[in-house]
This record gives sequence, C-alpha cells and structure tokens, in this order.
Amino acid sequence: MSVITTSQYTSYHNKVARSRATSEPAWVRYLLIFTALSFLTLFLFVPLAAVFTEALRKGFGTYVTALLDPDALSAIKLTFVAAIIAVPLNLVFGVAAAWAIAKFEFKGKSILITLIDLPFAVSPVIAGLIYVLIFGLQGWFGSSLVDNDIKVIFALPGIVLATVFVTFPFVARELIPLMQAQGKDEEEAGLVLGASGWQILWRITLPNVKWGLLYGVILTNARAMGEFGAVSVVSGHIRGMTNTLPLHVEILYNEYNYAAAFAVASLLALLALVTLALKTFVEWKAASNASYNESVVQ
Amino acid sequence: MAKQKNVLPGFNLSLGFTIFYLSLIVLIPLSAAFIKTTELSFSEFWHIVTAPRVVASYKLTFGASLIAALINAVFGLLTAWVLVRYTFTGKKFIDALVDLPFALPTAVAGIALTAVYAGNGWIGSWLEPQGIKVAFTPTGVMVALTFIGLPFVVRTVQPVLEDLEAETEEAAASLGANRWQTFTKIIFPAIWPALLTGFALAFARAIGEYGSVIFIAGNMPMVSEITPLLIITKLEQYDYVGATAVAVVMLIISFMLLFAINGLQWWTNRNARSAH
Repeated sequence: MSVITTSQYTSYHNKVARSRATSEPAWVRYLLIFTALSFLTLFLFVPLAAVFTEALRKGFGTYVTALLDPDALSAIKLTFVAAIIAVPLNLVFGVAAAWAIAKFEFKGKSILITLIDLPFAVSPVIAGLIYVLIFGLQGWFGSSLVDNDIKVIFALPGIVLATVFVTFPFVARELIPLMQAQGKDEEEAGLVLGASGWQILWRITLPNVKWGLLYGVILTNARAMGEFGAVSVVSGHIRGMTNTLPLHVEILYNEYNYAAAFAVASLLALLALVTLALKTFVEWKAASNASYNESVVQ
Repeated sequence: MAKQKNVLPGFNLSLGFTIFYLSLIVLIPLSAAFIKTTELSFSEFWHIVTAPRVVASYKLTFGASLIAALINAVFGLLTAWVLVRYTFTGKKFIDALVDLPFALPTAVAGIALTAVYAGNGWIGSWLEPQGIKVAFTPTGVMVALTFIGLPFVVRTVQPVLEDLEAETEEAAASLGANRWQTFTKIIFPAIWPALLTGFALAFARAIGEYGSVIFIAGNMPMVSEITPLLIITKLEQYDYVGATAVAVVMLIISFMLLFAINGLQWWTNRNARSAH
C-alpha cells in the first residue's frame, strides 16, 4: 500500500525534523552522553559495585558467617519489626490526608500540605533529638516513664517513632496529586447508587490509586529499613537489643571489621535494588493502565 | 460563583485524624525543640550558636552543600537531557539507577564512598598521586553530599524536558537560530524553574545529611565536622540544651528553605500551565 496515514506521516515528519533542525551533531551527542555516564559512574555505579566487592573480598564463607551472626540476625529482626509497625501507620495517615485534601475544599489547605512536608526538611539527627527531648530521662515525660518502668528512648518505641517521623510524608505525597487528578465524579456516582463511605473508599478510590499507593508504601518501607541518623540518636546502640541493620553496619565498620560491615551493607543495597526494580515495575504498570484507560475513552 | 455543596462523607473524620496524627508525630515534638531553648537567655543562646567550633561546622555544612548542589545542577541537567533526548544501550537501566541515592541507606552509601575514595580505594588510589585527597577531608563531605542529592535535579528537570514541544524548537531553527541559541533562548528558560527547584531540594537535603557524611568526613573539629554531627556530639556529652540550640538554628534555616521550595514549585506549575 502506498497510502501514508496522517499519523505515519506526522511521525516521519517529526523524525526528520528532530534529526535536522532540533538535534545536535553526532560528536556533541556522544560527548554529552560520555560526560553524563562518567559522572554517574564516579558517583553511583562505582560505589554500588564497591559494596558487593568489599562484601565478598574475604570469600563467601566470611560473608555468610557475618550474616548469620546472632547480632546481625537480631538487627535484621528489629529492622523488620520497626518497618512493620511504621509503614502501616503512615499508610493509614497518607490515605486519610489524601482523602481530606483531594476531595474537599477548606481553609488552610496549602498550609496543611506544607506541614505534611515538614519532616522532609528536618535533619534526621534533629528528628531523633526531638523525641529524646520528650521521652528521654530529662525530657517532658522522662520521670513518669521511669516510674511506670516504660522505656521509649533506647528501646523499640523510640526507634519506631523516629522511623515514623522520617517516613511521614511519602504515602501522602504520592496519593494527594493522584487523587486530585481523578476528581470525585466516580465517588459521587457511588454515593448516588447507595454506597457507604467505606465502600466508596474500598471499591472506588483505593483501586483507582493502587499503583501510586503501592509505590508510596515501597518508598516508605525502603526508607524505614534504611534510616540511620534519627534511629542512631534514639537507639543507644545496644548490641543484639536496639541495633537496626544500618546501625549494625556502623558498629562493624568502626571495629574495622570491614568484610562483615560490607556483608550486612550488601543486604541493604539489595533491598535498595529490589525497591528500584519494584518502582520501575509500578511505573510501567501505571503507565500501561493510563494508556489503556485512554484507549477505552477514545 | 455559587459554592457547590460537597456530598462526599468522611471529611471530619479524615481531616481530624490527619491533624491529630500530624500534631502527635511532627508538630508537638518539633515544638519541644523550640520550648527547650527557652531555658536559655538570648545571650546564652547566641553564645552557643556562634561558638567558633559551631560556626566552622556551619561553614562546612552550607559550603559543601552549596557546591554539591551546584555540581548536581550542572550534571543533573546534563543527565536529564541525555536520558530524554538521546538513545543508547542500557538507557532504561541507567534511568532506574538514578534513584539509587533515594533508596540506598545513607550508612551504606557512606562506607561505600569511603572505600572507593580512600587512598587505597578504586578512585582514591588514582586521585591521591595527583595530590587530590578526598576521603577524610572537606572534599569527601562534598562527594557524599553530591551522591545523596543526585536524583533531585534529574527528576525535577526530566518531566519538564519531556513535555517540551518540538514545534517551538523547529520554529526557532526555521527562523535561523543555531542549536546553542535555541538551547539558551528557548529550552533553558522553560526548564529554569524546575532546575532551580531541583537545586534547592538537593541543597536542603544536603544540609541535614548525616549518615553518608560521617564515614567519609574524618570528623575533625573545626575542619571536617558537619553541624548534624556536632549536635550528636553535644547529645553524647549530655549537653541537651546546647544540642537543641544548634538544632533550632538548623530548623529555622530548613523551614525557610522549605517555604522557598514550595514557592518555586508553585512558580514551576504556573509556568507549565501558561505554556499550554
């Protein structure tokens, strides 16, 4: 067939136009690609490769021993426990905040959004410090906590609080723009058809934003398991008791036990890589969902 | 315009819970820092936050953060450009890895960068004979802060570059502009607000950074000691008031930056909307 459709013509036209008038000579392109890749190599790829190389430097046996050390195992356990408590708390908050902000108009909304972002602007060290000021021995509730034999600082509750603080905005930040973009027509239709508020949330709103929600949870979890500064202030670094994985890495490193430090660090690096893979998958899924919806509309 | 009545349920519950949780986790604890400093008179407060060792830490923290954010502005823009405009093998993989500094725990980044940039490391052993010492110097602080700020500029500039329409560039070319003129007069003004936002985000993140810096910095008082580390040092000496005073100075600066960034983002969105 010799007939060229309009869209084929446009794409052909675009390609020609791009290559002549709106692109750079080949040598400029290669120079720019080379410079960008060199920068990323120096600052990203080499450090990432170093984690795994250093971890396996003394052989696979040492690597496994470092991971099966009782202190390492208890650090893994504590890291998971803190994340399992902190992530759902911020998930519930994120959904509630996004529902209020995206579906309703009220005074002070932009101030509320800025306040939700606050934890991003606060140094992790200060995030730990503020909980010490409240729950520490000399803190607001220090003496009454001691009287009732409740430990917050240098114990699990403090670690969870610090983790909740540093991961506070992630789910809300993902959901607010998504739910704003989707409007509230579908929810109102559900209401007219007799659905209750919870039914609307479960059957309409959450399924519509599921990929963004999942992405927010992935980010929250990665940050929760990897948090160092804030947890370092409130944990007290008690081996086998209040050490999370990142703190365990620090202790091993400061004892010049580099192979073991990098072995534990490689676990966290793997977690980061899995997070990035999931993120790429979720973005791909969200994009194909969006284009499917568009084609249905057309 | 008549106010439309919103029929959806759950406003009081969701807003109430949001404000309650926000106050409990963020606002009340943060206010504790400000209340703690009221134990000090203003001259005592001023004496603590302007002590020579503290001032030296501000200079390092803000200086290194500024240089790191500038490096990220230049190379982040370049990376975003290369990822949007050109095709090359492994592009998708590299695009995904740009977010690594968001996902990698800072302590892991810290020991990895130290291993690489120390005198016997892969890059350090090559730089040191040239007389460039990175690990355990202020340069090391800058390297760590560049690492953790890397995704911000790329991720703010990338979507704006993707949305740029080819027509304006074609028009410029047909009117006789060369490629450099098109870039400086057409493309750069369009991505400038996003670039500035990315720069500010990288800068704000760098100021508070702790985990990735302490391993590579060497942590010598007056030379390579960042302000967050100084806060921890004061805490470990049970100097809660001193630690809090320095923390309050940092909090005030961070809040001002946050408001500036929100303003910038509003400006970016307005620009993007008026362009369509």
